[in-house]
Amino acid sequence: MTVVVRTIARVLLPLSLVFGGYVVMHGHLTPGGGFQGGAVAASGLAMVVVAFGADRLAKKKGLLSVLESLGGVAFAALGFLGLGLTFFANVLAKTGGLFGNPVPYGPNPGDLNTAGTLPLMNWAVGFKVLAGLGAVVLLFALFGGEHDR
Amino acid sequence: MSVHAPILVIAIPLLGGFAVPILARIHRTVRDLWVVLIACVVAAGVGYVAAQVFSQGIWVYVLGAKTPQETRVSAGFPIRIMLTVDAMSAFMGLIAGILALAAFPFAVRFIPEEEGKTLALALGLLLLAGIAGMAYTGDLFNFFVFLEVTSIAACGLIGFRTWTSRAPEAAFKTMLLYSVSGLLFLLGIAFLYGEYGALNLAYISAQLRGSMVDRIALALFLSGLLMKVAAAPVHFWAPDAYGEAPAAKTLLLVVNTQVSLYGLWRILFTLYGGKLDAGVGWLVISMGLLTMAVAALMAIGQTDLGRLVAYGAVSQIGYMLLGVGVGLVSLTSRADYGLVAMKGGIFHMLNDALTVGLLFLCVGAVEWVKGTRDLRELGGLGHQLPAVALCFLLASLALAGIPPLNGFASKIMIYEGSFRLSPILTALAVLASILLLAVFARAFQGVFLGPRTEITGRIHWVFLFSMGVLAVGIMVLGLVPGFFVEQVVAPAAEALWRGRALYLAAILGG
Repeated sequence: MTVVVRTIARVLLPLSLVFGGYVVMHGHLTPGGGFQGGAVAASGLAMVVVAFGADRLAKKKGLLSVLESLGGVAFAALGFLGLGLTFFANVLAKTGGLFGNPVPYGPNPGDLNTAGTLPLMNWAVGFKVLAGLGAVVLLFALFGGEHDR
Repeated sequence: MSVHAPILVIAIPLLGGFAVPILARIHRTVRDLWVVLIACVVAAGVGYVAAQVFSQGIWVYVLGAKTPQETRVSAGFPIRIMLTVDAMSAFMGLIAGILALAAFPFAVRFIPEEEGKTLALALGLLLLAGIAGMAYTGDLFNFFVFLEVTSIAACGLIGFRTWTSRAPEAAFKTMLLYSVSGLLFLLGIAFLYGEYGALNLAYISAQLRGSMVDRIALALFLSGLLMKVAAAPVHFWAPDAYGEAPAAKTLLLVVNTQVSLYGLWRILFTLYGGKLDAGVGWLVISMGLLTMAVAALMAIGQTDLGRLVAYGAVSQIGYMLLGVGVGLVSLTSRADYGLVAMKGGIFHMLNDALTVGLLFLCVGAVEWVKGTRDLRELGGLGHQLPAVALCFLLASLALAGIPPLNGFASKIMIYEGSFRLSPILTALAVLASILLLAVFARAFQGVFLGPRTEITGRIHWVFLFSMGVLAVGIMVLGLVPGFFVEQVVAPAAEALWRGRALYLAAILGG
């Protein structure tokens, strides 16, 4: 690809990753969440694949695979965390610790430190979707064949 | 932990499936042992759940609540995701457990490392998780989610041999059919959600008025699920899919089809219980007859052993539809023969899982030693593989319903019940069985009899273990069917037949 595309991809990649992270982070407060944020971040990866070519990223396939598995394992493990009560029970909410503040009532700007295990699950899903979609785009680009380009 | 058993049966294979690619990086043996361990844990789990449900009644498990029994919020309305395991769900879970026990050890040996064994095992565990979820859930939307989980995992397994030309085609066909069926099902849920504002199966069932919208939703559910169980006009994906997936994983595809069939029973008997037109029962019966006839006729011309067995598997779906359809027709009159036919249809689900499972394992073993499944090239394998030949013969006879094997035990109940409704139904069903016997006799003769030929591989003892599990099941169920019908099948059939009130009471209170 041309210099223009490469330069813009360099500028936009961190932006899209940060914005994806923002959407995941605020999943329990604003529209969006793990899947949407992960997809936004994966669009940044897709941009890199288009700008720099898939071959330079081919070695990252293993990393993406591990990241995807970790996301899945983390999500299921967070479900197991609730087994003291029931599966998926939100044991971290309202405990005062990590994401443990009580949800404020009335009009307010939103407290990020609430909702217990939900934000953690959003992160797990976010990483899984980022890795999964990223791997799909990368594989399409790697095995697409000459006539598809 | 035992109080969490229903969810653990779903969650453990989910976690196990996601962990497989990580464990594969540590060591391949660790991964293989892990997969077999997970399959054993799931089998033990469904066994425990079934024992509890058969002795103590419906087991409700509420996800995310303070206690697993907290079915309603203070407004008196079920909103959480619930697992509702009644005798029929537990029975379905048992089928999945038995086949998982046979399929995973076989798969660990059968799938070559260079063909991406890690991913196949991971997808297999995810498919198992989806199947267990479909069997145990008591929530319509949750059912749809697990339906999609199984669809995606199944398509991944079907298109697994990407370097062949037929596997991707089969996967594409299946994916198209599965997506359409999933979307039809989702649209049905959307209709009911719009009307009643709830997704809990028991709650909607209690509210259901039988309005026009409900009928449209029923039509959508029926068409979606009949596609997924490979009933006759839309059966064409199944032979491709069963034939192309790695043999050990085809067992899970068979269970996947059956659990969709279970979903159909759940919709017809529990969700729409008492509000169905009599015509729906006749629709199910006619689909059943069409399926068994079309599949048995199609099996005659097959030259690929995998596809031939797959058509046999599809035709058996017809018997289940026939048996339970007779029950559905006679549901309003509460005629005894309806219950007999239903017991037969439900018993046949278990028998079919065992016989078709064993046939596919035999196909896998033949492919393993000869590298081909083409009937025109095979022959004389009985000299080198006497055990496989015996298993194939046993399963073929059971599939065709020859006494004293298990296929006979369930088919005789279907014949008995359907004969009282209309002898024509029975005559057609017997005719299809005879056709299948002829087809499988020819296949057995072509593959295992004749002059000795060269083989390139050796059968591993794990293959024989997996086959043995299923073969013993076939013989035990055939020789003493009475015990299993009394203890396991009858409660499952009763749960559909009269159990709707209990199912609703378990969630909504007395």
